[in-house]
Amino acid sequence: MLETLARWSMLSVAHVLTGVRGVTTTPLPSKPCVYFGNHVSHGDFALIWAVLPSAQRARTRPVAGADYWEKGPLRRYVGRKVVRAVLIEREREQRNEDPIAQMSAVLAGGENLILFPEGTRNLTDDVLLPFKSGLYHLGRSNPGLPLVPVWIDNLHRVLPKGELIPIPLLCTLHFGAPIEVGEGEDKPTFLARAREALLAQRPAHLVEAS
Amino acid sequence: MSTTLTLFLGIFVVLGFASSVALILRLTVAKGRPHAVIDNLFDRINAWWVMVALVALAFAFGKSGVIVLFALLSLLALREFVTLTYTRRSDHLALAMAFYVALPMQYALIAIDWYGMYSIFIPVYGFLFLPIISALRADTTRFLDRIAAVQWALMLAVFCLSHVPALVTLQIPGFEGREILLIAFLVIVVQSSDVLQYVWGKLFGKHKVAPSLSPSKTWEGLIGGVLSSTLLGAGLWWITPFTPLQAAGIAFSINLMGFFGGLVMSAIKRDHGVKDWGHLIAGHGGVLDRLDSVLFSAPVFFHIVRYGFTP
Repeated sequence: MLETLARWSMLSVAHVLTGVRGVTTTPLPSKPCVYFGNHVSHGDFALIWAVLPSAQRARTRPVAGADYWEKGPLRRYVGRKVVRAVLIEREREQRNEDPIAQMSAVLAGGENLILFPEGTRNLTDDVLLPFKSGLYHLGRSNPGLPLVPVWIDNLHRVLPKGELIPIPLLCTLHFGAPIEVGEGEDKPTFLARAREALLAQRPAHLVEAS
Repeated sequence: MSTTLTLFLGIFVVLGFASSVALILRLTVAKGRPHAVIDNLFDRINAWWVMVALVALAFAFGKSGVIVLFALLSLLALREFVTLTYTRRSDHLALAMAFYVALPMQYALIAIDWYGMYSIFIPVYGFLFLPIISALRADTTRFLDRIAAVQWALMLAVFCLSHVPALVTLQIPGFEGREILLIAFLVIVVQSSDVLQYVWGKLFGKHKVAPSLSPSKTWEGLIGGVLSSTLLGAGLWWITPFTPLQAAGIAFSINLMGFFGGLVMSAIKRDHGVKDWGHLIAGHGGVLDRLDSVLFSAPVFFHIVRYGFTP
């Protein structure tokens, strides 16, 4: 009950503050898939949620760092109950569970994932940080898994790091055609291809400006 | 009040006629199948019904109604403008001030009718103080581009647009209590000029005015649209303090300003590689796509009336 209310408030704020809109060129996959996007803010996944059809939204869970979301009772509540995050341990030494197995189990259960392959929020001037290898390993352990690139445009300007007041700029999510890890494709080749697929979703005026 | 009612009844009749024509076109030309131009025409007319209903609602609340309506439109227009332009993290505070201080302040100054301040607040104080805020962050990358974008955004989306509700503060002898009709005159004349330019252009358009800026603007559309909406303006003299001849002259000036406003705003859009400012109004684009002509005509109309018709 409380979770439903919290989710509803979160989505309402996302809609009113950013007027978020999803742009798709191909239909979203009907089988379980992974949405992977650029990570600029804690609100990223809320925007993806906000534009997904409600039936999809209920079956789509963000992958997030356990170190961040296990800190304190409020974060734990939001992370586990409100957004139903799949919490993975980012530091290899502290792992009890294999993150790829965790994520594959969720997909096997018929749910979608939201993944930010940069591994952390990009607070630099670079357009996109190097990808971590999780997306590759996940795609390899689940052959045929559709990986949908989602470029999140403008959210970093709504509330940049270190600022207190959000400003109501318009955000747009650009969904690209799904990609898969090819048979026998090696890690660097795939990660470069995935990165290109995500960058290709940027609107033309941003590509020229940068 | 009866003038306002007559006016809105007239607008409803015109929109009803437009909807009927669109329906007939859908049945005869499109034969119920999808048809890009006719479907877009339907979207546009339906959006007009919503926009007219919103204006009618604001008018029902009088002066405060139109001030609130245009403050909200300024907010939507400002976000569309800033979204498209280049700013950096160092401009965040300046932008927050634009949204949360300059915008409400401008409309509050209009509400208390402080002409001496609202006519210089953004052009002078905004112009001087916002770059100071950005400069204090010591980030010089494309500095002039960034502060110019913020200033332009405020000037167009807030300063220019606020001259529409400011019309109700004008004290015209013999016209007391009917000032809100000046807004109706401005909006009807300028918007119908846009619509009539579109209609004339679609029917007879051949020679493009500025093909690199706007492929849909033709000389046939421009001349036919501006002249016919000038006639419409003259025909609306009875809702204004103007004589029919004055109404025609004023309508002609604001129609030209409106046309050039559309041209300037198109230049900014083309420069940024987009077709529309936003997606809020189905068939039209963003709020700025619908208001571009009003932005340029409102301050000119305001000052013509202020210098020509108030003591």
